[in-house]
Amino acid sequence: MFRAIYARLKQGHRTARYPKEAPALPDRFRGPPAIDLAKCPAGCQSCAESCGTGAIDLKAQAVDLGRCLFCTDCSNACPAGAVTLGKEYRLATRTREGLVSHQGMIELAQPLEKRLRSLFGRSLKLRQVSAGGCNACEADVNVLSTVVFDLGRFGIQVVASPRHADGLLITGPVTENMKLALEKTYQACSPPRIVIAVGACAIAGGPFAGHPEVLGGAASVVPVDLFIPGCPPHPYTILDGLLRLTGKLEERAAS
Amino acid sequence: MSEISLLAMPSGRARPLDKVPRLSMAQLRQAVLEAPSRERRVSALFGRPAGDKVELILVLSADQDGVVEVGRAEVEGRSFPSMTPDCPQVHLFERELAELWGLKPEGHPWLKPVRFQRPLRPGPDPFGRPEGSAPQVGVTNFFRVEGEEIHEVAVGPVHAGVIEPGHFRFQCHGEHVFHLEISLGYQHRGIERALLGSPRPLHLMECAAGDTTIGHASAYCQALEALGGAKVPARARALRGIALELERLANHTGDLGALAGDVGYLPTASFCGRLRGDFLNMTAHLCGNRFGRSLVVPGGVDFDVDEARIEQLLTRLEAAWRDVSGAVGLLWTSASVQARFEETGAVSTKIAGELGLVGPAARASGLRRDVRKTHPSGIFQFAHIPISLMHAGDVFSRAYVRALEIERSVAFIRNQLKELPKGPAKEKCPPPAPNLLCVSLVEGWRGEICHVALTGEDGKLASYKVVDPSFHNWTGLAMALRDQQISDFPLCNKSFNLSYCGYDL
Repeated sequence: MFRAIYARLKQGHRTARYPKEAPALPDRFRGPPAIDLAKCPAGCQSCAESCGTGAIDLKAQAVDLGRCLFCTDCSNACPAGAVTLGKEYRLATRTREGLVSHQGMIELAQPLEKRLRSLFGRSLKLRQVSAGGCNACEADVNVLSTVVFDLGRFGIQVVASPRHADGLLITGPVTENMKLALEKTYQACSPPRIVIAVGACAIAGGPFAGHPEVLGGAASVVPVDLFIPGCPPHPYTILDGLLRLTGKLEERAAS
Repeated sequence: MSEISLLAMPSGRARPLDKVPRLSMAQLRQAVLEAPSRERRVSALFGRPAGDKVELILVLSADQDGVVEVGRAEVEGRSFPSMTPDCPQVHLFERELAELWGLKPEGHPWLKPVRFQRPLRPGPDPFGRPEGSAPQVGVTNFFRVEGEEIHEVAVGPVHAGVIEPGHFRFQCHGEHVFHLEISLGYQHRGIERALLGSPRPLHLMECAAGDTTIGHASAYCQALEALGGAKVPARARALRGIALELERLANHTGDLGALAGDVGYLPTASFCGRLRGDFLNMTAHLCGNRFGRSLVVPGGVDFDVDEARIEQLLTRLEAAWRDVSGAVGLLWTSASVQARFEETGAVSTKIAGELGLVGPAARASGLRRDVRKTHPSGIFQFAHIPISLMHAGDVFSRAYVRALEIERSVAFIRNQLKELPKGPAKEKCPPPAPNLLCVSLVEGWRGEICHVALTGEDGKLASYKVVDPSFHNWTGLAMALRDQQISDFPLCNKSFNLSYCGYDL
């Protein structure tokens, strides 16, 4: 008993001051790639060709953050140092098209419409479904419930059954073998309901896009209300997306 | 019977394919059946196309001798006598051969699909399903206990926690579990098939099992480097070792916290939940990604460290170690925790050996199996980590082995950071040479990761086999539940914490 109390004192208070203060991110944090087209050698396609998921479209001067794995393939392939990985962690959008970044700009997620916000803004219960996820996205969703992020203080909770949930949080490219289970889980969640796709796989199939064993993302089975990109997204990227959707960041900024 | 000749070779090196002896099926069978008495275990047994036939490749691990033994045999026809009744550790390998190649192991005691995936060659279905139909996941026979008041509990594929999908069937009498059957395949993404041809970007391997990013990426890179004849710089080997042990620290710490949570001991559950993240953040301090994505690349590592970063990592390591030792130490002095951990979910040394368990689960049952010590490659050739061993094979043993490994991994990382070799962190990795075979073993945090790569005439990957430690160990969890209370399932499950996607691929 005394040992436990002593350990508790030693461990200290660990909940981050986010969103009042900016989150502590690693200095090597890899955000969205930005391409300085002025530096590009004529006709060079190295970055686009190196990208394993086809996220870079030089002609349209666009990077699809839904496909991007935030790896180093493009920046390593560039002979002119024109590709740099940014530091932006706020990346969630309401639409799939919103993830296509032009000059590093994306359409950040707006809060839910008035009616849904009045239902879910103060209390949002989510059921998580891994549909071919590799356990990295799952792990960084799980970590939001630890003392560091303390998801509960925002009124958001991951619950054990779709019957208790206001929506689904889906990870993974949706394998053929999980299609039926995902559909049934969605049906078990009573409307109005929302769907959140977390990670490159759930948005566009990730590194498995095009495999006959997978469907290529959550939107191929259910309508998606929030897209959170990354491989996996940093916990703060996920938390930022959830708070944007429920209108919590606006409230905090106003108060 | 005469001695069977197999090719003995070290892990992480390549050998010409024509040096691998061609055996008859009878000889291959003899090699498998004699393996346990020769202190060998089966690390891999898989098929590859050879004309219109299938050639089996057998990889045995000789832990005492620090080598693997490789042999191969062509299967005549579409069946062979099952080896499982005499050597249970091949039971899943044989089921996989049936599922992928339509080879029926005659006399297999429990012949069922492994992942419910499409076969790799046409022909009659060994499970008796209609030919040409798409496999329906989970649609198969399940073991049933019958009798008065016997009931069946079915769980999954969608579980209550934030975890991956799998289907579990318990045969119970009240709370008492007679039998647990585990049916997976929900996560199958076609990784092995997609790896064939020219070496692909690493991402597929990094996502084979996301919590083992470093483990699987290391095994893959080690295989490509052996096939291409690359020289990996000493600095890169040390940094890979550091990353591998950080991965172990994060997962072991997280699991000890989750075990505490499963028995309602909240202080350790809460502390370890946070501390797991501190280890992940150290990996992110190395490369920007908490799981180590893009850190290990063919030829070395893609992120180097300077003196300042080494100092920062050392400071973080000491702080995390101080807090972890305090948080985990509480478990061993709390009677309520001990009462729930001890004698729960025991797997005897005999059963663990027969099933071919690996990793902390094997070591908790008294088996000296640790690739870092028995088949060392990279930095582990120079820096040895003692094998952490317990004997009871219960939840307590699996938890305690993990606690010991945390201590030893911290000591290893501390030493490596202080004595990091100078020089480059990456060299060029030439493309693979033709007609080679490489067995690449890495001790991931769950146990032995075995990759087997074969190149064809054109130097491209002609076969690639991935054996995640979970492939061996899921049956261990099923055995651990025998004669337990069904309410002990979460506890037993977390003490193994096996991978669904690593098994399903």
